[in-house]
Amino acid sequence: MINLSEFNQNMIQNILHVYVSWTRYLLFLVMAFYTYLNFRYFSVDEQKKNRICGRQIRLMLLLHLIAGSVICLNTLDPAVVVLWVMQAVFFLCFIFVYRSFYPGASRLLLNNMCMFLCVGFIMLTRLNYDRAVRQFIIAAVSSVFCLIIPMIIDRVRFLRRIPWFYGGVGILLLGAVCIAGNTSFGAQLSLDIGVFSVQPSEFVKILYVFFTAAMLSRSTEFKNIAVTTAAAALHVLILVLSKDLGSALIFFLAYLFMLYAATSDLRWMGAGLLSGGLAATAAYRLFTHVQSRVLAWRDPWSDIDNRGYQITQSLFAIGTGSWFGLGLYEGMPRKIPVVEKDFIFAAISEELGALFALCVLLICLGCFLQFVLIAGQIRDMFYKLTAFGLGTVYIVQVFLTVGGVIKFIPSTGVTLPLVSYGGSSVLSTFILFNVIQGIYLMTRETDADAADGVRQG
Amino acid sequence: MTIRNLWKNLKKKEEPDRAPGADRGTDRTMVNLAYLVVAVFIAMIVYEGWFLAVRREDTINNSYNARLDGFAERVVRGKIAASDGTVLAETLVSEDGAETRSYPYGSLYAHVVGYSTMGRTGLEDLAHFYLLSSHVNLVEHTLRELMGEKNMGDTVVTTLDAGLQQTASDALGDRRGAVVVLEPDTGKVLAMVSKPGFDPNTLAENWNSLVSPDNTSAQLLNRATQGLYPPGSTFKTAVLLEYIREHPDDYNDFQFDCDGYYEDGGYTIQCYHGNAHGTQTLKEAFANSCNGAFAYIGSQLDAGRMAETAKQLLFNCDMPIALPYTGSSFAMEKDADQWERLQTGIGQGKTQITPLHNALLAAAAANGGTLMKPYLIDHIENAGGDRIRSFQPAAYGSLMTAEEAAVLTEMMTEVVQSGTASAVKSDLYTAAAKTGSAEFEAGRDTHAWFIGFAPAEDPELAVSVIVEEGGSGGGAAAPIARQLFDTYFSR
Repeated sequence: MINLSEFNQNMIQNILHVYVSWTRYLLFLVMAFYTYLNFRYFSVDEQKKNRICGRQIRLMLLLHLIAGSVICLNTLDPAVVVLWVMQAVFFLCFIFVYRSFYPGASRLLLNNMCMFLCVGFIMLTRLNYDRAVRQFIIAAVSSVFCLIIPMIIDRVRFLRRIPWFYGGVGILLLGAVCIAGNTSFGAQLSLDIGVFSVQPSEFVKILYVFFTAAMLSRSTEFKNIAVTTAAAALHVLILVLSKDLGSALIFFLAYLFMLYAATSDLRWMGAGLLSGGLAATAAYRLFTHVQSRVLAWRDPWSDIDNRGYQITQSLFAIGTGSWFGLGLYEGMPRKIPVVEKDFIFAAISEELGALFALCVLLICLGCFLQFVLIAGQIRDMFYKLTAFGLGTVYIVQVFLTVGGVIKFIPSTGVTLPLVSYGGSSVLSTFILFNVIQGIYLMTRETDADAADGVRQG
Repeated sequence: MTIRNLWKNLKKKEEPDRAPGADRGTDRTMVNLAYLVVAVFIAMIVYEGWFLAVRREDTINNSYNARLDGFAERVVRGKIAASDGTVLAETLVSEDGAETRSYPYGSLYAHVVGYSTMGRTGLEDLAHFYLLSSHVNLVEHTLRELMGEKNMGDTVVTTLDAGLQQTASDALGDRRGAVVVLEPDTGKVLAMVSKPGFDPNTLAENWNSLVSPDNTSAQLLNRATQGLYPPGSTFKTAVLLEYIREHPDDYNDFQFDCDGYYEDGGYTIQCYHGNAHGTQTLKEAFANSCNGAFAYIGSQLDAGRMAETAKQLLFNCDMPIALPYTGSSFAMEKDADQWERLQTGIGQGKTQITPLHNALLAAAAANGGTLMKPYLIDHIENAGGDRIRSFQPAAYGSLMTAEEAAVLTEMMTEVVQSGTASAVKSDLYTAAAKTGSAEFEAGRDTHAWFIGFAPAEDPELAVSVIVEEGGSGGGAAAPIARQLFDTYFSR
């Protein structure tokens, strides 16, 4: 006798499994097409650009829908369905409201922000429902809060005049974390403010770019550069003392890139790289946590139980997932410590596939290139350096997290912007993208002015 | 196209009308830095592709990777087969879906194939990933999954030669010891036997007694790769090599008068059973395994260079094999005292070696000095017999020059023709060999060693045999090699 209800139950399980193993190909195709459009965008005229962006939104929602169906079928939890619908509504509202406020904003950047959030929502819901809810709330609040930022950038004129405000606040915040911060994974990263735990370095990053841009846009004479460099080095030093190596590297490289861009003098770059190399060597000699990170990178297999545990689990995840992934809920991403934050890329790679994950990486790179484009279009040196500096901060962070996860470089423990879980990280990335949007609006206005000028003349 | 247009867009900034004055330099610098970033990202993506294409399987086939155990829920563990297709391990599925891992040959392949029921060892561990991967065609795969049936895992076809394995095991009989047979020019492991063995089919029932502290037989230990023994006179090949290196032009002028005992500085070294060999050339001393002559050579060698040669011969080094092994050790240093020098010269003292390592040394000498990495998996087939992946031979490196290998071969051939390894003298083939009778504890019989290869002109087999407390190498170990050579060359 066959137990019929049990048979049905099994059948559903089997069909679900087959469905999951096929949707991973579908998810990759949607993602690949989105990524293609992301680059295709640059080679078409204005009208087509709009059509491409519209298509991207539909692809993003399709991705969200397919992944959502898998997640809902797997959990069979009404709360997940509600969250999923709310996310879809959020995306639509956010894009609609944003475009009503700023018709001239870069649609591509807006889409990419949503795509990153979407990928993050998918992975976080699969990994940890509570965190996915928190991430959603944080993203929703950030999106509303940040609506004002492009306008501030566009309208407020004294931003360039207060470098020491940025620098002072930044150093104070970093110093406070260094002295009074909470320790997590051996580094002081966060401060408790009420019920929230905030990672100030995420926000100081942006202040720091403003500081550097404001200083270097004034003059590139030696004295000015020396003062600016000293202040920048102080930032980095405090971060190193807090053992926040990832942020220290981001700050260092951002400064180096901005300085080189401002001066176009290769000697500064050389001097920077040289002193950076010396500082890195010194840090390696002095701090055991630096050594252990490097050792875990060079040979994680000999100490697989302790030091090498995280990176080897990450490599198992990526390797087992292979090109197309195991499918949502078919892998074991939770074996990787801190998978929702620093190692989210490994989880994406494991379940959605390395190709999907590389698409995410390419979209990140696309964002950076657009930042550079915008930096190139604005004529004002302050905004130019700000856009370029923020772009550097962003792409270095992507490089550190992805490179660390795939064992290309030692792991430094930073998040993948907008994809990883984390309130400070999401909010600061929202601010970063919106500052760029503000600068983008300015380039459009000057273009329009110029066009008007031509017409009138 | 797209990318090129993107660059065009980026480069537009260089046009003078768009960005006048100082900005131009900044824009160009920014573009250059963007190039740099793109280059770094491309490098990262290439690295990731390399990892997935090349390093993936070796990486994830790790006992720390719990994900593979998840595969077992959807895949029936595949078969392990000998090179001729003989099934060495398979999973039997009963009607109610219960799975049993079965080893049709019982203890015969117990160590090399290993087991997957109480943890994993041997090939069951090495090939874990392949056995749990299924390459049946996509339609069948999907249909089976829809029906809730497991797919059949891939078959791992090993390099093992069923005939040689059987011969080795029979020849060793109930004695403790190990046999390793390699193909010198590829590194294929043709046979690997360790005794006493155990029956992997009844492992769970016998587990407690097998791992009990009262059990002194160590059946679970793979003596072939993990058993450390004094090499005894087989080490004279290494000492001979060092002597040739130190006396490249006049090693043939070597002469030694053996009266059965060699005394030096108050120490006495005895030849086997106190036999006096009389006047010996180097070749004769080697063929007769004259301890006096080699103790003398040991006392004369440059200890520093000897340590270098030992290192070159993989002592104190990682072994190029994927199975768990114990590293061999050579401890004599530059300032070693006289006793240690004398002892080291005849392969006693602190020097220790595994049967596998000794087989590798024979294989390297047989292959013109070049050691091929030993390997056990020949190829992977899907359940239908289609080849999925093949493994190719790979060289480890050169342990000695071709000239040195030729001299060793000549000397070792003489051991068979007129010396201690006459047991492998045959009309069918010319063997080259060295025997050993290694003392390990006063009052107990010596371990019997044999290393060698055949045919000497174009070697096809390299063999290492040890019989624990078997007595003399020529008497106990060489006959086992003889049976292996006879089996192989009479095919």
